[in-house]
Amino acid sequence: MHYLQQILFAVISVVAVWLFAKKAGEIRRNILLGKKEQLNDQPGKRWSNLLLLAFGQKKMFKNPLVAVMHFLIYAGFIIINLEVLEIVLDGILGTHRLFAPVLGNLYNWLINAFEFLALGVIFVCVVFLSRRNLLHLKRFLSKDLNGWPRSDANYILFTEIILMSLFLTMNAADQVLQARGSEHYLQTGSFAVSSLISPLFAGLSDGNLTAIERSCWWLHIVGIFTFLNYLPYSKHLHILLAFPNAYFARLEPNGKMKNMPEVQQEVLYAMQPETVPADAVPPAHFGAKDIFELSWKSLLDAYSCTECGRCTASCPANLTGKQLSPRRIMMATRDRMEDIGRNINQHKSFVADNKTLLHDYISVEELRACTTCNACVEACPVSISPLDIITELRRSLIMEESNAPQEWNSTFSNIENNFAPWKFSPDERDKWAAETA
Amino acid sequence: MKVNTMAEMMAAGESPDILFWVGCAGSFDQRAQKITKAFAAILDKVGFKYAILGKEEACTGDPARRAGNEFLFQMMAYQNIQVLNGYGIKKIVTTCPHCFNTLKNEYPELGGNYEVIHHTSLLQQLIDEGRIKLKEGGSFKGKKISYHDSCYLGRANGIYEAPRKVLEALDAELVEMKRCRSNGLCCGAGGAQMFKEDEPGDKRINIERTDEALETGASFIASACPFCNTMMTDGVKNREKENEVAVLDIAEMIAANME
Repeated sequence: MHYLQQILFAVISVVAVWLFAKKAGEIRRNILLGKKEQLNDQPGKRWSNLLLLAFGQKKMFKNPLVAVMHFLIYAGFIIINLEVLEIVLDGILGTHRLFAPVLGNLYNWLINAFEFLALGVIFVCVVFLSRRNLLHLKRFLSKDLNGWPRSDANYILFTEIILMSLFLTMNAADQVLQARGSEHYLQTGSFAVSSLISPLFAGLSDGNLTAIERSCWWLHIVGIFTFLNYLPYSKHLHILLAFPNAYFARLEPNGKMKNMPEVQQEVLYAMQPETVPADAVPPAHFGAKDIFELSWKSLLDAYSCTECGRCTASCPANLTGKQLSPRRIMMATRDRMEDIGRNINQHKSFVADNKTLLHDYISVEELRACTTCNACVEACPVSISPLDIITELRRSLIMEESNAPQEWNSTFSNIENNFAPWKFSPDERDKWAAETA
Repeated sequence: MKVNTMAEMMAAGESPDILFWVGCAGSFDQRAQKITKAFAAILDKVGFKYAILGKEEACTGDPARRAGNEFLFQMMAYQNIQVLNGYGIKKIVTTCPHCFNTLKNEYPELGGNYEVIHHTSLLQQLIDEGRIKLKEGGSFKGKKISYHDSCYLGRANGIYEAPRKVLEALDAELVEMKRCRSNGLCCGAGGAQMFKEDEPGDKRINIERTDEALETGASFIASACPFCNTMMTDGVKNREKENEVAVLDIAEMIAANME
């Protein structure tokens, strides 16, 4: 019986980790479908971004109260994972509280700390659930989240409450069993939070208590494994990807748009025809029509997005009722990647599906509304740039499809012919100067 | 006041300390021309040796690039860099944050390397160095001014303080809008929106921003970008507040109060 449990545990662990690794591999493959972009320069700055933006959640602190609560969930979740290490080892070795004899008093101190964190996590999850579902915050009410995304957010918060409750209930039953001097249950000293629940269990038999303690232990660890495998399908993937995303964030000023060396070269050839080599090949495409033409960083961005909507809440176009929502740009990009990923799983390599990110997932009207003001980029706590995707898609629209509103076509022809976006004679450019004389 | 072109300076065997990049709005738009003249007057008064490109200046290509027309952008950049490098330009000042951003961040990769400074930063330097002296009890003393952050100055390039420092020198009372500095709300002109109608929605962006500016109770909205200036001016007119609230560029405010 004893060994059976150990074997079962080992099988569950291996399956959980294998499934997760498989899906993580698919996500990595999908991200690498994007265009190459070198983002390894200035490692010092990159590490500092990782520490400040991802680890320190610097941008969350624009709203300090929410930031502190968010940090508590995150810290709680990470730190309590130390406890998971013990649980996993216990599961494999068939031991109980393996670390207790080794750590002595420190063990009691640690578990107490975990219990307070667990209580904190439960409290914040309840607050966040109410905030999402009871308070009428615009970015949570938004139609962006209709359907699965809204449920996804709630599932995560519920799951965290359940996991933390299981942890506390397990400790509470353990305490009662310890007090009765039950075999297998080592003396660890009292735990501050779970000892408050213990009296509820006072009337139960040793057998029932053991059953409760064991059930909580199993549900807790199976819950964690399930959660691990839920992550890659959820907005919650940001708890992992926020770190690489901060590291690979662009370090140049936000105002600088990515250069297109292939177009620069074409223009150079046009201006200096004598420099055109005999074997010059024109570029295959301009801008991005689908995820394959976006930088891999934009694709990592899409998987890192946790759909919080701070970008959309600060977007001038969205605030004034336009279709554009930077959050939806990221969600649509991820949806497209997932669809392409499934396509590849099915056919071994991508088989054209007569769809593209541009038009089928993101509309022209959305793209046209962007003022390139960088508010979305600035607002994102996990270093995502919706603007990079918007501008790359706009390039495809204009240069591949010649799809521009009439006013822009006039602007272009004015710039080309009069060297200004308006129809003025270039000879009048310094007329103002003559007026000052 | 004589405004020299680079060609004239070269012909006279002189070279300027700085090139004043006027930009299309500053050159052609009637309202923005006033900003250009005010800034030129400041440069003249402090004895700056500056020049403009005059008829040789062309659009930097910013709106074309942001709309998605990279070909047109590259063509404009090529021409401008030829002209600038031909004159051996080292330092540029501009009153337009869009030109500023393109010249400073996007031309170097294309072979145009210059020290580029926005006029609000230069004004701050000149005030700090004591080269600009402001009248005691100037026309803005004690008046409420609200500064509207230009996206291409602020979020795009991290310049938030220079314009505010300059305004402080006017002894005015600076009042911030709810969304300011890195949270500032766009006026609605960037990304080539200036040259087209808004997409369908329930409000124009410039009206949203103007309402926020009006809420501060300021009698002056200070801008540092000719496009923001147009958008905010239109917004104030739309709300029929043009008799109570004026939209002015920081350069105009300084020019009007120099000793």
